[in-house]
Amino acid sequence: MIHTFEMFDKYIALDVNSGCVHELDKLSYDVLNFLDIKGLDPEDDEALFKTVGEFRREYSSEDIAEVIEDLAELKRNDMLWAEDDFVYNDELKKNAPVKAMCLHISHDCNLRCKYCFADEGKYHTDCRELMSAETGKRAMDYLVRNSGSRRNLEVDFFGGEPLMNFEAVKEIVSYARELEKKHDKVFRFTITTNGILLNDDKLDFINREMGNIVLSIDGRKEVNDRVRFRADGTGSYDSIVPAFQKTAESRGQDNYYVRGTFTRYNLDFSKDVLHLADLGFKQISVEPVVCGEETDYSLREQDLPRIFDEYENLVREYVARKKEGRGFNFFHFMIDLDEGPCIIKRVSGCGCGCEYIAVAPNGDVYPCHQFVGSEEYKMGSIYDEGELDRDLRNKFAACNIYSKPDCRDCFAKFFCSGGCVANACLINGSINKPHKLSCEMMRKRVECSLYAKAALAE
Amino acid sequence: MKRIKTLNSATLKKSACKGGCGECQTSCQSACKTSCTVANQKCENEER
Repeated sequence: MIHTFEMFDKYIALDVNSGCVHELDKLSYDVLNFLDIKGLDPEDDEALFKTVGEFRREYSSEDIAEVIEDLAELKRNDMLWAEDDFVYNDELKKNAPVKAMCLHISHDCNLRCKYCFADEGKYHTDCRELMSAETGKRAMDYLVRNSGSRRNLEVDFFGGEPLMNFEAVKEIVSYARELEKKHDKVFRFTITTNGILLNDDKLDFINREMGNIVLSIDGRKEVNDRVRFRADGTGSYDSIVPAFQKTAESRGQDNYYVRGTFTRYNLDFSKDVLHLADLGFKQISVEPVVCGEETDYSLREQDLPRIFDEYENLVREYVARKKEGRGFNFFHFMIDLDEGPCIIKRVSGCGCGCEYIAVAPNGDVYPCHQFVGSEEYKMGSIYDEGELDRDLRNKFAACNIYSKPDCRDCFAKFFCSGGCVANACLINGSINKPHKLSCEMMRKRVECSLYAKAALAE
Repeated sequence: MKRIKTLNSATLKKSACKGGCGECQTSCQSACKTSCTVANQKCENEER
């Protein structure tokens, strides 16, 4: 399976099953596409005969022969037209230990962001609630107990707004550090915050203890404040920007992300990414909002051409700034072509409901943070003696790119791993039916990422 | 090859041999975390 595309001055081919990426000139691009569409094998004489016939007015037969020989060599080396002969065993996932936990330390928030999937912190329940330090500690025990031989364990403090319950965060971290020594584990903590309560004391603790911090901001002031505001309606931009800049600098401009959401209100979102870069941030992630089509800010299919243009605008500037020595990282354009994850990880995806679980303030367990509050997806509790709901666990374990018909013929499948199952469930009612709009945007981002690789390899 | 430049080696299939250790970072793919592309996760298998 081969995917080819043109972007700006580049002709690129991705051999999906080997993961090989090739940059071609126009002649080899045309010949490759012709052979692929016609189903011709470059090692057969017929391929040369038919290709010369097709392109005789544009290219010499000597040049075509040379290209076909090169394509045949790549095929022999499994770098083009490689077969998808990988056999995935989902039994591995069914019995996989838990290695990552999203700890809902606060189901309360001091912002009222318009698009909040977490229902402004309440997670579709009637109450705002903070997790007790005791429940958090029991969650750490649960994680260690169920982590088997996995050494690296991840815990993300999430909300609502985690800084509204920071004393509990500190107690839980301290307790987990004791467990590390006893059980030969390594806890990697992360925290996601809107920044309203971020101060020097909290930042000192976070910098000492947390491997990553996610800072929520959407970009330009007018864009951010239109959707990210307090209960009294005032926007968050002015108070969070200085705090976030200080945070980024204090962490050496690494191991953090400023993370935004773009909506239909700012389809010119490349300006927001560049605004964040102009504020001095080097680690940036801005992602499409995911929600039903019933709101005025939700993205629609008709917006895709505009969104694709924006991603192209962004990648052009992204490459230019990198070349000028004033680059930044954009999370969705970062692809590791050589040292990335193994195919098993790429097929199985995020591992939610198996390797990754979310714990609500009362100790209830869900497949991931997006499912919290949904009774149908409650898997059990950290206080239960027995194992989590086996049927639910098996259902999530069996979810992978081969179980999703929409993924089978998608060139991006080994890059996105089938996308977010919670979004699939929200939009299509099934964890095995990916959200089409998200897929379209993912494919565009993969193309932009590969273009950036080619452009920066010059 | 003067007309084709290959940017990386074909490592995907080979990665199945020693893959699946599970020590790598979890890759949340929802839009509310640092997320999405699994392909930028680092492999942390010490024995590969």
